[in-house]
Amino acid sequence: MEPASGLRLDHNHDLSLREFPYIVRWRDDRCKRCGRCTAACPVKAIEAAVKIQRYVVSEGDSPAPKAERKVIQIVEQATDMERYCVGCGACTLVCPNEAIEPEFNPQNKLLHYKNKGGEGYKRGGRRNDPAISTLDRLKFTRISMLTDPALDAGRHEFRLRTLLGRILPPEELPLKLVNGKLIADKESGRFIPPVREIYPIMIGSMSIGALSPPMWEGIAMGVSYLNEVEGMPVVMCSGEGGMPPRLLKSKYLKYFIIQIASGYFGWDEIIHALPHMVEDPAAIEIKYGQGAKPGDGGLLMAQKVLKLIAGIRGVPQFVDLASPPTHQTKYSIEEAVAKMIQSMSMAWGFRVPVYPKISGTRTAKAVLNNLARNPYAAALSIDGEDGGTGAAYNVSMDKMGHPIASNLRECYLDLVKQGKQNELPLIAAGGIGKKGNLAANAAALIMLGASAVSIGKYIMQAAADCFGDEYNRCNLCNTGKCPRGITTQDPKLYRRLDADKVAERVVETFKAADVELRKIFAPMGRSTELPIGMSDGLSTDDKAMAERLGISYAC
Amino acid sequence: MCRLAAITSNKYFSPIENILALETMKEGHDGSGLGLTLKDLGGEFEELKAYPILSGICSKKGIEVVNDYMKKKGFRLEHIWNPKIKTVKGIAPRDHYFARVYEYPPAYKDKSAEEKEDLLMNTRLALRKIGEPDESIFAFSFYPDVITLKEVGDPLELGEFFGLDSDGLKAKIIFAQGRQNTNYQIYLYACHPFFIQGYCSMTNGENTAFVPIREFLMGRGFPGYIGYNSDSEVFTHILHYTARQLGYPLQYYKDVITPLKPAEIEARKDSDALKLMKQSLRPLCIDGPNMVIGFTPDGTCFMVQDSKKLRPGVVAGIKGKYALMSEECGVDKAVPKRDKSMDIFPMKYDMVIVSPGAEEVKVWNQLQG
Repeated sequence: MEPASGLRLDHNHDLSLREFPYIVRWRDDRCKRCGRCTAACPVKAIEAAVKIQRYVVSEGDSPAPKAERKVIQIVEQATDMERYCVGCGACTLVCPNEAIEPEFNPQNKLLHYKNKGGEGYKRGGRRNDPAISTLDRLKFTRISMLTDPALDAGRHEFRLRTLLGRILPPEELPLKLVNGKLIADKESGRFIPPVREIYPIMIGSMSIGALSPPMWEGIAMGVSYLNEVEGMPVVMCSGEGGMPPRLLKSKYLKYFIIQIASGYFGWDEIIHALPHMVEDPAAIEIKYGQGAKPGDGGLLMAQKVLKLIAGIRGVPQFVDLASPPTHQTKYSIEEAVAKMIQSMSMAWGFRVPVYPKISGTRTAKAVLNNLARNPYAAALSIDGEDGGTGAAYNVSMDKMGHPIASNLRECYLDLVKQGKQNELPLIAAGGIGKKGNLAANAAALIMLGASAVSIGKYIMQAAADCFGDEYNRCNLCNTGKCPRGITTQDPKLYRRLDADKVAERVVETFKAADVELRKIFAPMGRSTELPIGMSDGLSTDDKAMAERLGISYAC
Repeated sequence: MCRLAAITSNKYFSPIENILALETMKEGHDGSGLGLTLKDLGGEFEELKAYPILSGICSKKGIEVVNDYMKKKGFRLEHIWNPKIKTVKGIAPRDHYFARVYEYPPAYKDKSAEEKEDLLMNTRLALRKIGEPDESIFAFSFYPDVITLKEVGDPLELGEFFGLDSDGLKAKIIFAQGRQNTNYQIYLYACHPFFIQGYCSMTNGENTAFVPIREFLMGRGFPGYIGYNSDSEVFTHILHYTARQLGYPLQYYKDVITPLKPAEIEARKDSDALKLMKQSLRPLCIDGPNMVIGFTPDGTCFMVQDSKKLRPGVVAGIKGKYALMSEECGVDKAVPKRDKSMDIFPMKYDMVIVSPGAEEVKVWNQLQG
């Protein structure tokens, strides 16, 4: 007779550890059974277990082996896919004796099994592709030598600034000549769109709610410090979900881009704070898409909707907050883009740049051209497939979307064709600094035509030690169980994260990137303006890539 | 690094003066070419100032094409000047070097100056397009009272080759460039000075912001913004764009190519306009080491530096004759008798402007506006 289900002696329907993405290497000889690892594991993938161990002993002068049994305590890895080891390494971090470490298993079959109850695999992070991206295959090969002496990154003055906002073509500037001098003709009635001078690396949209209070606060403090102390006009985007009311009414609002997305979360509070604002925000970003999960809406899981978040967003506590994939009240690009841009502009008296953010797509040029004809559109932000997210279906993250390099390039060249490349700034995002090369990736995108780049995942990794990587390490952002305390609303977890430390690291990261940008631009002889579109400075070792991007091939 | 020698005078002088000045700066050019632009012409051209002059080089086949084309377009040939070519070792003579003076087509007799300028430029571009693939026609300039000569070789030898020492060719403004080729191939269209609709410039430097500037200019929808065989051609076109197309006074050229920093702009009386200009003309900001010498249609000559002054340049002379040169030794050759203490070495904020007829020199400081 067949044994009842679950009692099969051959364990035929159980999974072996070889199917799991990370195998926990636990060393019996080093472990002192303190239990810290099992307590720290965010997914309960390891647990203390009691086993009976059979061993053979022999005592006396001549061999007389006999088997004995003893009860031992071990740390055991679960073979339950709902508790699979995510490889975060929180166990290693807390182990006093270096007795435990997860090891990546390239043969894993996670995606075959992570669909219990017919629910697709959801996670946070970015596309799980550890291959070298296009951005990391671009090199700076136009080195100034002798005919045009290279500049000195340490001594010469560099202007690493960019413009965010719609810029009038020179032919349309309201200038008049008076006594041999040009003056701005204030009576012309010509609308002069608002333009901000900002640092070309921005911090992209990550919401309060997706991020823990100390993480969001740490980034915000770092950004404020960069502006006020270091004189670097770095701006960050709120993400969808509003901003703390005190911040909205503070002088620091000018360092923030407020995002509006399809759920309009937080906007009731923002609108109510409008009369009390002492500064305008840096810009308004209208989110239409996200590179990590194109065509997908946002989702803040109920367990992350605590009192603070519920208050800021103006919703009840502990409910799933789903933003629809599209802005439900809009039915056409005219509605979705033109009217929304105008409405948002009007809310701030046309003093604030308003721009849309879309996910990288083959149809980006259609959006671009619509914006190019809209005099109120301040920029276009394109988020490539390597962008990060707090929660999405794995299939959206891994398989949907467009790489940023060629998408950005074709949009820039389209503007060049129309002579509008200076009028509508392009912001590129998605995978910048994926391999740690923040400045190089940013510089490459700028030279392909981006006016600025936006980072998210990188700053979580650099400033708050996010475990996530492209081997699907950790990526628990959606669960609210972030072991670093970055993407959680659980005080027990976010207490681990020191907001001051995060702020310090944000500052260090930007200052280092600034030095590295100079080290890239100085040998190329560029210092007076950001080399937007200086494609003659770039090369790649792939001919097809070179042809697609309109740059040179070098090998 | 090329060497530049510009002279502006209230009297007609021979281009050989510029060439001799270049000779003193010989370590700076490697025989890869000489470019000459003459404005306000004397000699046989003195009576022909109202007529446009087509300057260029043609093969035997090319000259026929030019004749047919010009005839078809209604231009009537008034006068031809050809240099008396002498055989000089190392210089391979081409078939026809010429400056051909035309009468405007009858339909253009009463047209505005702008319309005439557009006709001349479009005609030059059409000839260039026809002759460029097989190098049968090089059309350098087509404009009243302006002649351009270009050829590969050492400037002094080219002066002899063209017979400039004995020819009566004279002008009141002459720009000369001794080339140090940095454009990978020696090509006549890459040779300075560059000229477009009365605006001319030559540059001693390397423009590292060339590609974005070129793309911006080409997007202006103006047919003359093509070519760019040299990164320095954009300096001429920026001058033309800011002065002619946008109508800015000359000194704003400096504000366009090397804009001030925000705090510096605040101190200028025209700061509101400058801020807007800086944003809208951001892609025309130059970079790298560059010293630019130029002239405008009214005969004003100027010299500007890049924002770090990474190249030499000097303006000096006496009332009635000023030299704008790469190096002091060139000025010594061109205007030896002068008060050297009055020599001007423009710094990064300066624009030295010599008024028409070399009447006076002004140093316009960008900080003061």
